[in-house]
Amino acid sequence: MKAASGLAVTKPAYTTLYWETLLKDAVLAALVAVLLALPLVGLQTYDIGGGALGIRTHFDWVVMAAAMVFGGRLAWHFRPRRRRQGEIGGGPVFARLAARGNRWALPITLAGIAFAIALPFLPFSSRYLIDLGTTVLIYVMLGWGLNVVVGLAGLLDLGYVAFYAVGAYTFALLARDLGLTFWQALPFSGVVAAGFGVILGFPVLRLRGDYLAIVTLGFGEIIRIVLVNWSPATGGPNGISDIPRPSFLGLPFARSAPEGATTFAQFFGLEFSPTQRVVFIYFVILALALVTNLFTLRLRKLPIGRAWEALREDEVACRALGINPTNVKLSAFGIGAMLGGFAGCFFATRQGFISPESFTFIESATILAIVVLGGMGSQIGVVLAAILLVTLPEFGRAFAEFRMLLFGAAMVAIMVWRPRGLLAHREPSLRLTPRPRRARLR
Amino acid sequence: MTGVGDTRQPLLAVQHLTMRFGGLLAVDDLSFSAYPREITAIIGPNGAGKTTVFNCLTGFYRPTAGRLAMHVNGEIFLLERIDGFKIARRAGVARTFQNIRLFAGMTVLENLIVAQHNMLMSASVFSIAGLFGLPRYRSAERAAVERARYWLDKVGLTERTEWAAGTLPYGAQRRLEIARALCTGPALLCLDEPAAGLNRRESGELNQLLLSVRAEHGIAILLIEHDMSVVMGISDRIIVLDYGRKIADATPAEVRVDPAVVRAYLGEDGVETSSRTMVTDPGVVRG
Amino acid sequence: MAYFLQQLINGLTLGSIYGLIAIGYTMVYGIIGMINFAHGEIYMIGAFISIIALLVLGLAGVSYVPLALALVLLTTMFFTSVYGWTVERLAYRPLRGSHRLAPLISAIGMSIFLQNYVQILQGAREKPMPPLVQGGFTVFESGAFAVRLSYVQLFIMLLTLVLMTGFTTVIAATPLGRAQRACAQDITMAALLGVDVDRVISTTFVMGAALAAVAGLMVTLYYGVVDFFIGFLAGVKAFTAAVLGGIGSLPGAMLGGVLIGLIEAFWSGYFSTEYKDVSVFGVLILVLVFRPTGLLGRPELEKV
Repeated sequence: MKAASGLAVTKPAYTTLYWETLLKDAVLAALVAVLLALPLVGLQTYDIGGGALGIRTHFDWVVMAAAMVFGGRLAWHFRPRRRRQGEIGGGPVFARLAARGNRWALPITLAGIAFAIALPFLPFSSRYLIDLGTTVLIYVMLGWGLNVVVGLAGLLDLGYVAFYAVGAYTFALLARDLGLTFWQALPFSGVVAAGFGVILGFPVLRLRGDYLAIVTLGFGEIIRIVLVNWSPATGGPNGISDIPRPSFLGLPFARSAPEGATTFAQFFGLEFSPTQRVVFIYFVILALALVTNLFTLRLRKLPIGRAWEALREDEVACRALGINPTNVKLSAFGIGAMLGGFAGCFFATRQGFISPESFTFIESATILAIVVLGGMGSQIGVVLAAILLVTLPEFGRAFAEFRMLLFGAAMVAIMVWRPRGLLAHREPSLRLTPRPRRARLR
Repeated sequence: MTGVGDTRQPLLAVQHLTMRFGGLLAVDDLSFSAYPREITAIIGPNGAGKTTVFNCLTGFYRPTAGRLAMHVNGEIFLLERIDGFKIARRAGVARTFQNIRLFAGMTVLENLIVAQHNMLMSASVFSIAGLFGLPRYRSAERAAVERARYWLDKVGLTERTEWAAGTLPYGAQRRLEIARALCTGPALLCLDEPAAGLNRRESGELNQLLLSVRAEHGIAILLIEHDMSVVMGISDRIIVLDYGRKIADATPAEVRVDPAVVRAYLGEDGVETSSRTMVTDPGVVRG
Repeated sequence: MAYFLQQLINGLTLGSIYGLIAIGYTMVYGIIGMINFAHGEIYMIGAFISIIALLVLGLAGVSYVPLALALVLLTTMFFTSVYGWTVERLAYRPLRGSHRLAPLISAIGMSIFLQNYVQILQGAREKPMPPLVQGGFTVFESGAFAVRLSYVQLFIMLLTLVLMTGFTTVIAATPLGRAQRACAQDITMAALLGVDVDRVISTTFVMGAALAAVAGLMVTLYYGVVDFFIGFLAGVKAFTAAVLGGIGSLPGAMLGGVLIGLIEAFWSGYFSTEYKDVSVFGVLILVLVFRPTGLLGRPELEKV
């Protein structure tokens, strides 16, 4: 080698040592991959029939896995190192986004709402797309509801799906036994769900962290098991069907109406199309979600919302300031549950039938993932995460089979990469001085 | 050992307070009184039981025995019987913590507003008045902000209202915690080592702050402290604990020369024992 | 009376299985203060690996039962431990400094991942295993009802006893065990004193995984059928057992496991099978509300 000055220099010795360490590390990683892959990937059981199992070998897959791990590990060592940007979210891009997001938050939100309202009427829109939008909005609403419990009050709830279920079944039962319509049953769903939320709150008052999470998980499971087994009341595993669809101020969305009544299409002089109900349902959930959002944003600025956040920060200090932690926790559970109940009521009317299968622990985990992935406390983050989670499996059928696998892997990956979520940023609920023009990174 | 025959009505009367943790006797038959408009200091070597006394007073421990009576507005509150959070709410006892417990993720201003939670909650009528922005709630909120502003000004944090409390420098965090405790409108302010980690100038400022709190608002102060410049500088009365027992209860001048106190801090032979150190610098003269 | 005895035997067997899984939960919680949500999946993986190992041995022509069992036991423990180690390295170690929720979400994600991993690779249908160890003996007879203790049940209980004694000795008497106990008490101090905390934590996960693997093998032998979903329910029940016995206490985990096994057996024997899971969840809630430190745990004083 010749240096710039023309003098001969030798390559420094440490590069060889460096490579040696790298390779050793990658080889070890590949070895671990082989050990992991050998039993479950390399050997596959399948049904021979007659209650017996056979074994197929896939050692080529094991080798491939080892090679991928080897390459991946090497590549990982060469990843671009970024300097820490403090707690905000790590990484310049997201941190700047989050901080500068202050200024753009309002315009972006308004644009988003406008887009959502316009969606059914846009040229590329279709029934499929509107359906997808409806599903996304259900999860957004659930995410915002859970955000009250987990994001604001800091109470780890792994059984949120229970309130979703309670809301849905309340409506279904009221419809089946008392003939209530969607709009009539909606408040009941919320109240009953809130009641369950308070019931859950009592036993967990003194629990913290992971213990709280497990008990709420147990609660969610208990509700599901009861729904599956208490057939006379809940219809058991078959659930309840023939749930009425919502009507537009009393005008049903049907092809034809019973004697004396008018359908929506007839009233407005339109040609009947099943898409009309789909669009209406979409607007219903959009309205519900927006009301939920405004409600929680408002609550955050009230003493109750601040108490939730204070409880999350330090419960001991709350007690020392005269705040009753019991009331704060129960209110968080109750209001969070109520919002879940509303969402459940909507879910029931959208589907027309419900069964316990829709209310598993995986749903709770999904909603929690949406809240955490989006960045706790970030309203827009919840929307983004919900869009991501719902639309991902739609990209190609192949994805669908691997959907949950990728979902789990994504949860781990995002937590390792950005423990605070994608857009974690806390906007103060009260300011004395106006927001700074230039975003200040603290 | 007791004070001069005091006929005044004490604000806080602690009688025969005993706290036992299993086999460990942390506080042994402690009796003392704190008077309105006075600064009472509790000092003693590490492990003497000072914070335990605080925790009993503020509802974090249930005393094994004893009577803790707060006399506020003609009412008597028995602190050993009241639920933790009610002590701040009804008996008017506020405290700060040895390890600073701020709401780190919330702003300076929000910390102070949270302290006025109870007043705001009743004004918002289960949040209904708040939700609809009724004037009743809005004026309560304005009053809360005003009070917060006042105390922020007193502790010198007006420039940093929008800072996240956790990002403040250490001394500022201590001051914020005191301001937050004051926002609850207490009759008795309990400070657990407020001068810990403060330098000479900062502890001087702390002295000025506490003196003005006492003078302008008539709030009694009970403080645990190791920094003798603060203790000697502002206390009206000093209670000395050693191994959970009271060994002195007198004015600063008397305590400084009390042989029992010297022995407790410096050991039998006048040699410093390992776990006991006492800052013997009397520092600022009281004024 | 005979029926009662039978339920007792069944409950003890079930309890041994739960106890072994519970030990994994309690050890991890004792050291790093988090619930290893994916532990149930490790147990499920252990069950699957044991089936595969049995099949491979069968194909290889090993028919001497004790030898087969020993080989399967060792291979299952080995491979499952690698899984346990990897899970800790990938999903928990990078999150050691961050806020509470991050490891929990990561654990849930890992749990979902592992469930689907096995489901995709091995198929979603349940895997039946012809019984390897058959027969047993009658303990007690009363009229028409004979109380049977099968060889499998005996094997499970004895093996559990042996493992329990072994692990308790390790924890109490070896340097590793000492290091583990030190980390459980005060991890920062232990690190400052030169304990390789990373290694201790990894070892804890490995040990927990090994025990869960044994439990997986036992369930394969006992029930003869496994599917990819057994991890979830068993995991929650085993965690309940750990809490019941007192989190952080090894004998507590075993005691809790046995109690949960008995509760489940008696509940399904005398009341109803459909709601037997509810009984376990109910126990969890009752314990955490009324005695959060469990039966053998130490009460924690709130430090203000």
